[in-house]
Amino acid sequence: MTQATPPRVEPDAGPDLAFASQWRLMWLRFRRHRLAMVAGVVLLVLYFGAVFCEIIAPLGAGQRHRSYVLCPPQEVRLVDAAGDFHFRPFLYGVKQRGNPSDWLREYVVDTSVVYPIHFFTRGPEYEMWGLFATNWHLFGADEGAPLFLFGTDELGRDLFTRILYGSRISLTIGLVGVALTFFIGILLGGVAGYFGGWIDIIVQRGIEIIMAIPQLPLWMALSAALPAHWPPLHVYFGITIILSFMGWTGLARVVRGKFLTMRDEDFVVAARLAGTHELKIIFTHLLPSFLSHVITSATLAVPGMILGETALSFLGIGLQDPVVSWGVLLQKAQNFQAVVMAPWLLLPGLFVVFAVLAFNIVGDGMRDAADPYAN
Amino acid sequence: MLNYILRRVLLMIPTLAVISVLVFTIIQLPPGDIITSRLLLLQQQGVDVSQEAIEAMRARYNLDDPLYLQYLRWIGGFLQGDLGYSVQFGQSVNHLIWERLGYTLLLTTTATLFAWLVAFPVGVFSALRQYSLLDYVATVLAFLGLATPSFLLALVLMYLGYAWFGIPIGGLFSPEFAAAPWNGSKLIDLLKHLWIPAVVLGTAGMAGLMRVMRANLLDELGKPYVQTALAKGLHPTRLVIKYPMRIAINPFISTVGWLLPHLISGAAITSIVLSLPTTGPLLLESLRNQDMYLAGSFLLMLSTLTVVGTLLSDILLAVVDPRIRYE
Repeated sequence: MTQATPPRVEPDAGPDLAFASQWRLMWLRFRRHRLAMVAGVVLLVLYFGAVFCEIIAPLGAGQRHRSYVLCPPQEVRLVDAAGDFHFRPFLYGVKQRGNPSDWLREYVVDTSVVYPIHFFTRGPEYEMWGLFATNWHLFGADEGAPLFLFGTDELGRDLFTRILYGSRISLTIGLVGVALTFFIGILLGGVAGYFGGWIDIIVQRGIEIIMAIPQLPLWMALSAALPAHWPPLHVYFGITIILSFMGWTGLARVVRGKFLTMRDEDFVVAARLAGTHELKIIFTHLLPSFLSHVITSATLAVPGMILGETALSFLGIGLQDPVVSWGVLLQKAQNFQAVVMAPWLLLPGLFVVFAVLAFNIVGDGMRDAADPYAN
Repeated sequence: MLNYILRRVLLMIPTLAVISVLVFTIIQLPPGDIITSRLLLLQQQGVDVSQEAIEAMRARYNLDDPLYLQYLRWIGGFLQGDLGYSVQFGQSVNHLIWERLGYTLLLTTTATLFAWLVAFPVGVFSALRQYSLLDYVATVLAFLGLATPSFLLALVLMYLGYAWFGIPIGGLFSPEFAAAPWNGSKLIDLLKHLWIPAVVLGTAGMAGLMRVMRANLLDELGKPYVQTALAKGLHPTRLVIKYPMRIAINPFISTVGWLLPHLISGAAITSIVLSLPTTGPLLLESLRNQDMYLAGSFLLMLSTLTVVGTLLSDILLAVVDPRIRYE
């Protein structure tokens, strides 16, 4: 055996494939999974929106438009009522019909009022990443324009803007939670798998017990325990910790299984006989060999966290109103009347589905890519 | 086999004991207790409560005893079938809990049946005709089903039900049957309402099962023994039913274990949206009001159901697959 046999990725990929690192091989395999690539791009777009939500959103997250309460989504047009084409997108004005004091408002498009849409324009002021104040927006219209791409809620706040702001919390809670899960899971699973014996038994029983308690009722009980007077940031981290408290069990099992099978492999025994320190064995020999698997499991754990936050906030025991997350937004759509009167209030749910779907597909693709024996 | 079952049942006892301590700790976590939250409510309504009355109430519910005594009293009563007293509703917990647990069980069973009945044939078909149109449709739907939170599905169904048929969807009974005694027409009314929450709840489980069934069957179909049997002239349908399917069916049996906790979790939130008389809404309310006996008994009951479900599925698996018994 003088020649390394190249893995079956792309037979004509050239000689450098034989020397490609494990990560490069994974990336090559992942790239062939077209659906996963598309889902990956969707995720990047969603996270881009979350990072730059202040600039992309045309309005302020808490800004109320009292004359446009529960206004349905407005169309951005290029073709006017007369059928003429315009290069600059525009909006028509909106008129209210019926009794304004009534909850049952009806809005009709008023073609006599035209609001052009400007790009890179000044709008409501905001604090970018809490660093400096500015008022530049990606797009906007004149003051008073019904620039509500996804409609407004019962306080007249723009739903499109709020969904963008909400993505910041909903999408990061999964990542922060998984990072925590990752830490606990690797630590406990690794200890259990590497040392075995009574430590293993205790960790195993612990996992079984936590898994035996139904997840959502346990989440509900724990988040009901968060003090009501906590500032939003504390609640955010509280919820994250609660979500990871349940989530680490699955990861710990994977890690434990891997450690169990690998600790008696020849190369580990060799390292041990050569007098390598236990910690060094774990971190330089064992961990890298199954890190890809663990990362894949972690990716597949993110959607559960996103769904968990959404469910808790939806029930009103997670994050609360001045904070914006997708679950908080969905609270408005909790009762039947609201859904029938203003179906656009369900739109944040669509984003939840998109994000979770994308994470699942990317995780699937990563699993295939990380498996050296796949096809 | 008997040995295996006995060992598993004995192992259940310490597990449940630890769970009961955990549950008790969790419901004690929030600062204050039911009396303080009741007081807050009364004060908001402008009612003044004297210090003596508060003391009397605290003494009546033994709220000032040390925690371990409270735990022992609770768990002791629990073992004798006395689940404690709900301060919030002014009723014994036994009175409140059983009917709701019954409906929860009914709902989760129906949802499981629905998940099985759909997932099994579709999963098998997807595997046998891989990359066919139906396989793609099933795959897309399965991913969507896994990604949609159950309450969102419930909300969308509610909206569609109203927009298309003009009927409000929700509850388990029509108003005229809700308080009526049980009879044939009430049963039919129940069945009419039951399918919506069952579909909502079963969808996520069904999607997962379908994927697993497809993957397992595909694994089996690629094995040499299938080729051998085909080469020897065994009829393909007969072959699939007799060998690969019997191995691929394992996840269906083990689902009783993991489907139950999943469904109970999902049932909690879906029931709140669809206003069903199951455990979910009452549990949420009791947690909010720190009605500890009610919340604790609910949590412990649901956990027990889950543990029993896991045990049942493990036993079933051991019956079907002899390899498992000796692991």
